[in-house]
This record gives sequence, structure tokens and C-alpha cells, in this order.
Amino acid sequence: MARAVTQKRKMINTALAWTIGLLIFFPILWTILTSFKTEATAIADPPVFLFFDWTLENYSVVQERSNYMQFLWNSIIIAGGSTILGVIIAVPAAWSMAFVPSRRTKDILLWMLSTKMLPAVGVLYPIYLLFIELGLLDTRVGLTVVLMLINLPIIVWMLYTYFREIPGEILEAARMDGAGLREEILYVLTPMAVPGIASTLLLNFILAWNEAFWTLNLTAAKAAPLTAFIASYSSPEGLFYAKLSAASTMAIAPILILGWFSQKQLVRGLTFGAVK
Amino acid sequence: MGQITLEKVTKSFGEVEVIPPLDLTIEDGEFTVFVGPSGCGKSTLLRLIAGLEDITSGTIRIDGADATNIPPAKRGLAMVFQSYALYPHMSVRKNIAFPMRMAGIDKAEQDRRIEQAAAALNLTDYLDRRPGQLSGGQRQRVAIGRAIVREPSAFLFDEPLSNLDAALRVGMRLEISELHKRLATTMIYVTHDQVEAMTMADKIVVLRAGNIEQVGSPLDLYHAPQNIFVAGFIGSPKMNLIEGAEAKKHNAHTIGIRPEHIDVTEGSGTWTGTVGVAEHLGSDTFFHIHQTGLAESLTVRAPGEVNLRHGDTIHLTPREDQIHRFNAEGLRIP
Repeated sequence: MARAVTQKRKMINTALAWTIGLLIFFPILWTILTSFKTEATAIADPPVFLFFDWTLENYSVVQERSNYMQFLWNSIIIAGGSTILGVIIAVPAAWSMAFVPSRRTKDILLWMLSTKMLPAVGVLYPIYLLFIELGLLDTRVGLTVVLMLINLPIIVWMLYTYFREIPGEILEAARMDGAGLREEILYVLTPMAVPGIASTLLLNFILAWNEAFWTLNLTAAKAAPLTAFIASYSSPEGLFYAKLSAASTMAIAPILILGWFSQKQLVRGLTFGAVK
Repeated sequence: MGQITLEKVTKSFGEVEVIPPLDLTIEDGEFTVFVGPSGCGKSTLLRLIAGLEDITSGTIRIDGADATNIPPAKRGLAMVFQSYALYPHMSVRKNIAFPMRMAGIDKAEQDRRIEQAAAALNLTDYLDRRPGQLSGGQRQRVAIGRAIVREPSAFLFDEPLSNLDAALRVGMRLEISELHKRLATTMIYVTHDQVEAMTMADKIVVLRAGNIEQVGSPLDLYHAPQNIFVAGFIGSPKMNLIEGAEAKKHNAHTIGIRPEHIDVTEGSGTWTGTVGVAEHLGSDTFFHIHQTGLAESLTVRAPGEVNLRHGDTIHLTPREDQIHRFNAEGLRIP
């Protein structure tokens, strides 16, 4: 009897989990489906779900009208560049906070994180002016630096928690073995923190890839990434749902695939340190 | 070469002074043991010598040269940690090679030294394993191997055996002692276990609350403890300490007598008491004696098997020449 109850409960839980999962995924699914509809079916009332004439027309129109590869390339460079730059800066920062903390380390960490609570638009004006002054508007370099700075607190915070898990004696052993600070970080700390660093890289790549506020405000044509590519389909000539959906699908596909393959790593990374 | 000198070394953590001004010289080739109860500052002292902690004031010299501000990597010392502190992502071979890699020793020489160390430490078959695949004793051997290959001027051991089980500990104790005989390199060894201190040391430094209570050879400490603390700490089971009238008879505030220096005598003796617990080891028997009117309890060692049971009356005679006398300050009266 007891077993039957658990079995039943298991089934209910499974059904519930799937329902919630589908609910969360539904907008993405709907976008992908819509991208295969004609513009007329896309706005049909009542909406059609699966049974319509599937077409690839939207994709070819989108391809014709804008250079997808250029946007993709910009996205890769900006997201990848800001993530790598961020980690290079964050590893030494997290090292010092985790292994030689001062009395104010906790405060500094919190202060860094608190910058994330600031509404981004609050600093848009000064940053925009700075960009004009420095000639960084619509450049990949400028955007890479801004996205790196925006995500830096999260990178430092995540690395800090991973580093805290590494026993200090091992680093001391490295010091006794003749390793300088550079060797200690390069040959001992980093290899031991690889799982943590990998999930930090991944999460920040995703965050930078999806970042829309700064990419839309600071780019025009040359450095525009995929977020701008989607946006370009949302307004000017009225609403074309199917084409907008096709553009969106093309923009999220790479990150969706990356996330799918690395979900194990990502989940492990995000819960790492929660349970020892 | 590996003479280490501490001159007026102090260490404070914030307001708390853990090492008051301290002077100590460790001669080249000597096996020195820092021993004391936990929290006595012995590990801190070792970490100061290693350079892992900065000293608050004073000077540390290694072979006469001021090493106070030299980083640990450049002091030429090797350390073996309590937790072994092996690099989990490297094979045993790479662990042992790491200090040589840092020193820029060429590959052929590295391999030669690794083979040599592995052979000496019974690790040859395990060179390609990761530390996670080794037992505690093997890990400790890898840690020692990693220390040996860089040919340091001194070895520092921070309670290296306390994570091992009793049988393994005795074996490793011998191995480390043999290593010292073979290499004749200075070794500083920190432990809270006075048996390890007695069996391994050329020189024991007894510490309490950051102060050096006594420095001397194991037998110096055993035969002539400078104060009650050292008297109670060195020797197993502990020395019996007796105050009051019996001590007065010897013109002392406190007298001490080791369990092995009290004889169990038939019929009559200087002292009389009741047997409490008897611990039979086969080779010896330890009696815990109550109601002697001298102290809460006395411990007595009798050689071999002695047939006395719980509650029996026992007669004891201390060997007069083995009685240690201490004054009211706890210091030895010569």
C-alpha cells in the first residue's frame, strides 16, 4: 500500500513538473512555431497551434533582408570577449577576497553586488556621453567593456564562492613548493576551480548574449549583436509576427543549443557550495 | 645547510599576542620537535618559520641570513601538512615534480629524483595515480616525497601523522626518523603527542601559550623538567604531583614522582592506598591508586603481572632519588 501511495505521488509530481516546465517554455515554443507560419496564420484568431502549412519563407526573407552572420559574429565577440575579459579580472579579485580577506571584504562584495540593483537606465546618460567622448559608440570594443563591467560583480561573486571551497593549505603547499603568485593561480588554483570557472563562464556568456538594454542603446549598425537584429523586426514597418519570430528563433538558437549541452555543468555550478 | 635562528620573534593576531618575544636556535641537521597542548602556538611558530604568516616583530635567520621578509617560496624550506595538501588534479608523479618544476630543474634530473624518492617511499607503483585514489599513509608518503625532491635546507612537519591510525602512525614515525638519519637535514616537527616528541627528537621545545617552557633533549626533559608544566607534559602516564605535608617533608611546595619510579612493596611501604582501576598491558600493569591521603589519585607502574584487584590495599615505596621538587611558583628546586 505504502508503495502505491509513493508511486501515485511520484506521478503527480512528475505531471506537475512537466506542466510548469511547459508553461515556462511555452513562449519560446510559440515563437518557434510562429516562425514557420505565414503572416496570415500568425495573427489568425483563434490561433492555430500545430496544424498549419509549415513554411520556411520567413527565414529566407529575414536572411535576404539582413545579414544574420554579421549580427551573430558581433554577438559571439561581445559575449565571448566580455566573459573572458571578466574572468581574467575576476580570478585575481576573487582570489584575494577568498584567501586573504580583510575586515571589509564582505562589505566590498555586497557593495559590488549592490551595483546590480541600480537600474541600468540610471547610468545610461553618463555612459553614453563617455562613449561619444571616447569614440566608442557602435564599436564592439566599447560594448565588450560595458558588458564585462556589468557582469563583473556576478563573476567575482561566483568565483569567490568556488574559491572558498578550496582548502587554503593546498595553496600554502604551492607557496612552500616555490610557486609565486602567478604559478599558484595558474597551476594550482585554476585547475582545481575548473568546474566553477566553467559554469561562471557559461552563465556570463548567456547573460551577455541576452543583454539588450546596452546593446540596443550603444550600437547602431556596425557592432549590433543579435538582440538588435531581433529588435529591428519589431517596429518599423508595422508588426510582422512570423518574421519577428523567425529572427528571434535564429537569435536564441545558438545559446539554446549551448545551454542544452551544458545544462548539467550549469546546474552543478549554480548549486555548488550550497551543499558541502 | 639549515641553521634556523629566531631572535625576539613575536606574533599578534590583532590585539591578541600569540607569541611573546621568543628566542630559539635550531642547529643544522637537528631534529627539533615543538610540542605542547593545542593552542600553545606551536603551529603558528612553524608557520612563521615557513613564512606563511608574517611575524609582528623580531628577526628570523636561515643560515645566518635575514629571512624575515623573504616569501615562503624563496626560503628553501619544505613543508608537510597535516591534511597532506596534495594537488588533487595532478598525478602522484606530477605532485612530486611540482617543486622541481617551479625551480626550473631539467626534465631528466626531475625524473631521476622522482624515481629515487618513489623507490625510497614505496610509491613506484602509484606514480600515475591521483591522490584521491591513495590511502592516508600513501598520501602522507607522497607529501614527504614532494618535500624531499627539492632538497630543502630544512623540513617542516605540521602534525603530519595525526590523521593516520595508530598502527600506521608508529610505522611512519620510524620512516621519518630513518629519513632524518639518512638525509641529515634539519627537521622541525610539530606535534601535540609527547610520545612522538620523545621518540623522534634530538631536541624538544615545550611550548605553552606561546612561551618556551623548556628546551632540551628528550632525556633532559624526562630527568630534569624545569617546571611542573613540563613535568606533567613529558612522560606517559603522567608524573604524579603531590602537594601538602608530604611535599613539605622534602622542603618543597610540590613533589613529582613518575609512575615507573614507585615500587609496589609487599607488607609495608612508605605510602598505602586502595587499588582503583588496574590496566593490564602484559608487559606492565598500571594501577590507579586512591585514598593515599596524598593526591586525588596516584598512578603506579608495576613490571609484568601483579595480582592486585579493585579495592585491594596496596603498599608503595617511591625511589627517593627520583623525586622532583618544585617551589610555589612551580619551578624546579635543584
